[in-house]
Amino acid sequence: MHILVCIKQVPDSAQIRVHPVTNTIMRQGVPAIVNPYDLVALEEALRLKDRLGARVTVLSMGPPQAEAALRKALSFGADEAILLTDRAFAGADTLATSYALASAIRKIREDMPVDLIFAGKQTIDGDTAQVGPGIATRLNMQLLTYVSHIDNVDLERGEITVQRRAEGGVQVLCTRLPALLTVLEGINEMRFATMPDMFRAARHPLAIWDREAAGVTDLTKVGLKGSPTVVSRVFAPTPRMHRAEIIQTQSDQPDDLVATLLAKMFTKFPDLRAAVRPRCA
Amino acid sequence: MNEQFDVIVVGGGPSGNAAAYTLAKGGLRVLQLERGEYPGSKNVQGAILYADALARIIPDFRDDAPLERHLIEQRVWILDDTSYVGSSYRSADFNKPPFNRYTIIRAQFDKWFSRKVQEAGALVICETTVTDLVRDGDRVVGVQTDRAGGSIYANAVILADGVNSQLAQRAGFRPEIAPREVALAVKEIHFLPEETIQSRFNVTGDEGVVIEMAGKITQGMVGTGFLYTNKESIAIGVGCLLSDFSRQKTTPYALLDHMKRHPAIAPLLAGGEMKEYTAHLIPEGGYHAIPQVFGEGWLMVGDAGMFVNGVHREGSNLAMTTGYLAAETLLELRAERKVFSARNLARYRAKLDGSFVMRDLRKYKNLPRIVEKNPQFFTAYPELMNKAAHTLISVDGIDKKAKERAVRKHFVSARSRLGLLGDIFKLWRAFE
Ligand SMILES: Cc1cc2nc3c(=O)[nH]c(=O)nc-3n(C[C@H](O)[C@H](O)[C@@H](O)COP(=O)(O)OP(=O)(O)OC[C@H]3O[C@@H](n4cnc5c(N)ncnc54)[C@H](O)[C@@H]3O)c2cc1C
Ligand SMILES: Cc1cc2nc3c(=O)[nH]c(=O)nc-3n(C[C@H](O)[C@H](O)[C@H](O)COP(=O)(O)OP(=O)(O)OC[C@H]3O[C@@H](n4cnc5c(N)ncnc54)[C@H](O)[C@@H]3O)c2cc1C
Repeated sequence: MHILVCIKQVPDSAQIRVHPVTNTIMRQGVPAIVNPYDLVALEEALRLKDRLGARVTVLSMGPPQAEAALRKALSFGADEAILLTDRAFAGADTLATSYALASAIRKIREDMPVDLIFAGKQTIDGDTAQVGPGIATRLNMQLLTYVSHIDNVDLERGEITVQRRAEGGVQVLCTRLPALLTVLEGINEMRFATMPDMFRAARHPLAIWDREAAGVTDLTKVGLKGSPTVVSRVFAPTPRMHRAEIIQTQSDQPDDLVATLLAKMFTKFPDLRAAVRPRCA
Repeated sequence: MNEQFDVIVVGGGPSGNAAAYTLAKGGLRVLQLERGEYPGSKNVQGAILYADALARIIPDFRDDAPLERHLIEQRVWILDDTSYVGSSYRSADFNKPPFNRYTIIRAQFDKWFSRKVQEAGALVICETTVTDLVRDGDRVVGVQTDRAGGSIYANAVILADGVNSQLAQRAGFRPEIAPREVALAVKEIHFLPEETIQSRFNVTGDEGVVIEMAGKITQGMVGTGFLYTNKESIAIGVGCLLSDFSRQKTTPYALLDHMKRHPAIAPLLAGGEMKEYTAHLIPEGGYHAIPQVFGEGWLMVGDAGMFVNGVHREGSNLAMTTGYLAAETLLELRAERKVFSARNLARYRAKLDGSFVMRDLRKYKNLPRIVEKNPQFFTAYPELMNKAAHTLISVDGIDKKAKERAVRKHFVSARSRLGLLGDIFKLWRAFE
């Protein structure tokens, strides 16, 4: 089995600042991390590899620094890593990104057919959740989004059964391979790499593909040129002025808590007093 | 697993990077292990970079190192509760390249330095904590990490793991640091637009200002404060002896909070967005606290060896220089086909003794003990100096002679004639 995992290097959103005057995003010095959702996807792929045996290839499109993300994936146990990097890819939106990734995947398939592709649920910087589905659509693959559990992969019949979190419940879905899965956060925890894995990851040669290697011929479909999305404005939401309040109570008895809370509510919203009629004892 | 290297460097701070870089450039097989997610992720510094120490290792570092501002002005403030007396030195000569001192942000600087280390050919592995040294009798022959998969071997191990150096403690190379030999420093970064910093500190372009502070901001504890300008942020911090913190039951963040409210400091930070709060130890024991820094197959560099000049707030430069000298020693021995035995590694200590590192530390060898025993330097004198300035500067119908008498009386009543003389003597001893 050949599993492909798409990972993206993103700025650590916890450390992004908005310029207080110009309201633009200040990226200087913000460390780059692997999109956390993608690590969940990778771990799920590695678990399948542990269970059924597989070759796991990680693929990322990004600037040369994205090498760090791929090395990290290798240390966890990915077998091969491919970095798609080319000036022509810069400024890509989700349409252009999925185009470039899909082209590269076609190339990868020439070398070894791909049975499963994993992607994260979404990224923490773009947050669109569009790239995974975009790839599946372009490659005409089965698409399973928001997967919370992989029940079974039947290689003989070429089928996969998963649980999918949906509004109001869990769906159990079975489809044929090859399929693209986007997985939910929190369904697993990333493993801790061993020392030999760290050495292997540090030394393993990366495949670095430019647009030619990725089989991209139509330059109007990638990068800024291939991106119809226009970011017209970036702004920081005005912080809400409502503050939480800690209310002192006499005791922690439920009656007391309720009474204190009601009293507080009635002073704020006097109209409510008429609406809430205490039940007679 | 059977991994064997010429040298293993533990730690990816300035000392470890200087050592690993020099060794790799010299053609040795080097493995560097860093517990942080990336080099610099765990590190705290003011941070002033002293260019000279780095230039001796990477002469063209200015081409691509992430530097914030070059310093053209140094202010020293002695504060009481409402005022400060101070001096400053500002010079257009500091605007002539090559610049001598820069502010840096360690997380970025260490990452850059680590890239240089990797380009030089060392293997750098992060997110990996060295938990123990592997020994063969007396000899250190490798390390053990927190990852499964066995030991890693080398002909020499350089301990560049910082002030706590748990490795050295566990191995018995160094005792646990005494609380009076180490300062606990806290630091915040406040983001402000570049133009605001430029106008507030009267600088243009990449010019920068540092303010070193002492006095009542440390609330009677032995310590100092600082404020440094970065490109788009201000670093502010304060550090005091750990023993004083525990005696006084003051928390570091309360101390920094109090300092930030000082009427001379608050306006410099106004409108900024606090983004980072960090705390770190600084070795302050000086010369007498320096342990044995080499042995059979091992060397100790940087903060791990307590190489910090607290008086001049120099640490990273001593770290780089000791790292460099350790590497140079190993390279020389290798070229002479000599083993890394304690006897041969004694050359490292000789190199240290001949360098500014030991000369400076020896110069101030008495200082830590003297300031620790004489808190008046941090409380009574700042107050007296500020009062004196206030008296002499205010124009209020009192004649100048009377003012001078009043100032003298203040000093004598606070410290007595003998006390004043004694303090002068102590200061002379400390800085002799
Ligand atoms: C509204 C909007 C604003 C944008 N603003 C900017 C901007 O200011 N500057 C700019 O340069 N770009 C911008 N983009 C582009 C966008 O940030 C990404 O480049 C886009 O291609 C990926 O979309 P995403 O991050 O939302 O990924 P999602 O669709 O949320 O990602 C889902 C999964 O797809 C996979 N994936 C996504 N990207 C990659 C990749 N590069 N390599 C490998 N796998 C990947 C990962 O598995 C990921 O978990 C914007 C896009 C939109 C829609
Ligand atoms: C608030 C503050 C302000 C300062 N200001 C200045 C200044 O302005 N100028 C100046 O020159 N100096 C300053 N210093 C001192 C300076 O930061 C230090 O002297 C310098 O960082 C020492 O470098 P080092 O490489 O020895 O140690 P560190 O920088 O502490 O690096 C040690 C490294 O080892 C790693 N490590 C530790 N244990 C292990 C382990 N077991 N396994 C693997 N890795 C490990 C750590 O993660 C860390 O990266 C300041 C210090 C502080 C705290």
